[in-house]
Amino acid sequence: MEETLTEEGETNKDIEVAPALIAVHPTQKSVAVAVGSDLRVFDFQGVSAVSLVDDTSGPFHKDSIRAIRYSADGNLFVSAGDDKVVKIWSTDSWCCICTVPSEKRVSAVALSNDSLYVCFADKFGVVWVVDLDGFDGNQMLVNKKAAPLLAHYCSIITSLEFSPDGRFVISADRDFKIRVTVFPKKPLDGAHEIQSFCLGHTEFVSCLDFVFTSDFPQGFLVSGSGDSTVRLWDISSGSLLDTCEVGAKAELLESNGKEEECNLAVTDLCTFPDGTLIAVAAQSLQGIVLLSCDLSTRTLSITRVVSIMGEAFIPTSLGMSSSARLLWMVTGVSNLHGFVNPPLVRVRIISGFEKSSPGDPTILEDNEILGGDKLLEKLQGSVSVEEKVFLAAAEAVKTAMSNLLVKKQYSTEKREFRKRTRNDRKTKQ
Amino acid sequence: MSAAVEGGCIEPKLNLNGSSALESRAVDFHLRLHLHHQLAEKAMLENEANPTLSKSTGLPRKRFYRARAHSNPLSDSHFPVPTSPCHVNLSLHFPQFCSSSDQIDSSKKIQFADIGCGFGGLLISLSTLFPDTLMIGMELRDKVTEYVKERILALRLANPGQYQNISVVRTNSMKYIPNFFEKGQLSKMFFLFPDPHFKEKNHRRRVISSHLLDEYAYALGVDGIIYTITDVEELGDWMKACLESHPMFEAITEEELEADPVVKLLSSATEESQKVARNGGQTFQAVYRRIMPAT
Repeated sequence: MEETLTEEGETNKDIEVAPALIAVHPTQKSVAVAVGSDLRVFDFQGVSAVSLVDDTSGPFHKDSIRAIRYSADGNLFVSAGDDKVVKIWSTDSWCCICTVPSEKRVSAVALSNDSLYVCFADKFGVVWVVDLDGFDGNQMLVNKKAAPLLAHYCSIITSLEFSPDGRFVISADRDFKIRVTVFPKKPLDGAHEIQSFCLGHTEFVSCLDFVFTSDFPQGFLVSGSGDSTVRLWDISSGSLLDTCEVGAKAELLESNGKEEECNLAVTDLCTFPDGTLIAVAAQSLQGIVLLSCDLSTRTLSITRVVSIMGEAFIPTSLGMSSSARLLWMVTGVSNLHGFVNPPLVRVRIISGFEKSSPGDPTILEDNEILGGDKLLEKLQGSVSVEEKVFLAAAEAVKTAMSNLLVKKQYSTEKREFRKRTRNDRKTKQ
Repeated sequence: MSAAVEGGCIEPKLNLNGSSALESRAVDFHLRLHLHHQLAEKAMLENEANPTLSKSTGLPRKRFYRARAHSNPLSDSHFPVPTSPCHVNLSLHFPQFCSSSDQIDSSKKIQFADIGCGFGGLLISLSTLFPDTLMIGMELRDKVTEYVKERILALRLANPGQYQNISVVRTNSMKYIPNFFEKGQLSKMFFLFPDPHFKEKNHRRRVISSHLLDEYAYALGVDGIIYTITDVEELGDWMKACLESHPMFEAITEEELEADPVVKLLSSATEESQKVARNGGQTFQAVYRRIMPAT
């Protein structure tokens, strides 16, 4: 696979792009957008753009950021990606308190619920752990090294998540697998006890999240996949509780005027703090699908599709705080050929999910957004952006995602041909 | 005929200066292959009817199932993989034990797994030793899997009522163990003469590693036993070290090893072990028990 990877990587260099990402502070003190190597943070308390502080000179990240996340208490923020470093930031000062080197490109990050450990996963299937023991909020942590925690056998890990009770760490990969591992008392010695595998997806798993309420504190896992379904799992047994075909719904919406597309991959999902609603983003879908989750019957059902009218907006990432009921969406792409650098992104917000006011979810206009133009200028790169670039961006993300995660199928003849051009044969001639 | 021609594509590489065990094995392999070609041509003239089955025993003949000595475990797989353990069709593998009708009644489960079963020697020995235990061989190379399949079918035909409890599947066990076995389902796992992968950059291709042991510990029930053996000292040390440092495995005592009839098979039942014995080679085994991790 390594040989194939480098080979494909070379030929597809121009379309190897990263989607824009968004993360929202748990109490909505700030919001962060990552696109390419650019990390943009907007602070709501000072209502101003944040300038990041990092002792290392030059850009903070040197290649596409692939994962960003706030800690559960909101005091820490982690960013990581293709430049093989994991940066841990204090959200108080927005200083980089620690830069951890990784052997391989990083594909996912997670923080333990007590904010004592940062886990990150690389493209070769290894999940690493860094302990933040002794960090009191201000000083820098030097020479932190990551220890291997667990591994999926040479499969790109697409998502990492801690269970709400903090007992398990969940990892998903491109081999359709979700692994539930007991998070040990001494994580630096590795996590060896596997609780379960959640098996049922028939394509790569792209995203994970938990639904939980006070009645169901342990909650249930939800996962989105390239097989265009969202599934609900009981992680202690690994059993599949329900499957929801999101792709079919998204296709229905998309099919007007366009040719039928099949298998729209679910790209991201985001659960609401009360555990009953799940927002789902899918390829080619201009908007989001809202699922409702009934925890007592353990079922998922599609509530509605919220489409973005009057603008071509296919979200590449979703984010939500645990306090305010606003769903943040972003679309954009890194280093797309022929577009400006630093890249522009588009941020949109949906509100109106309150149970008390059962009005329809509404998409906020730019002038209704808290922080207004200042926020948009920081996060988007410009107050107003031309929408047509984003369709190309979404298309590029789609191609990049399938290149990266979908298994390549070769016909028998093609396979024979590829065998003939194998590297070990070449050297002999 | 075509099989023999295909086999001929592998160039005989005679590097007698080779010092590593792998190279000497490769030389052995190629020398024998070369010999086989000469023999095959002779045999071909005499036996025109079904040439892949031996006339005297009815068993498939290995020379028609020659494959590469190695297969890359990292490459993407193009064979079907069961979505989850409940998608494994036991009635296909063990028709006499599991009829398709009582598939739901899953009282009968596979208990032994021979990982990288090669030509199936161990499975066949185990089959008569544990006639009521279902066991499966897992092998990545398709031609070798095909051979084992034919071999089991021929044995079933020649010995009615016997060899019904063994089967083989082509898969990459480094990736798909959880797709075949539920948690704690297995009571024995075998890793006999695995690929040594000498180069350090290829160590992650080894079938025993501390990370993969997590998955094997998941598939094995408490008190399940993992058997490993190799003729490569370096790999023997590696496998032992991995098992020794893993919190969910403990070494089995000498007395228990003595008493276990399976241990004797490790160094006698497989094609690879017979070859090692023939060449007077040394073997290195590590047998460990799955335990509850200390909390």
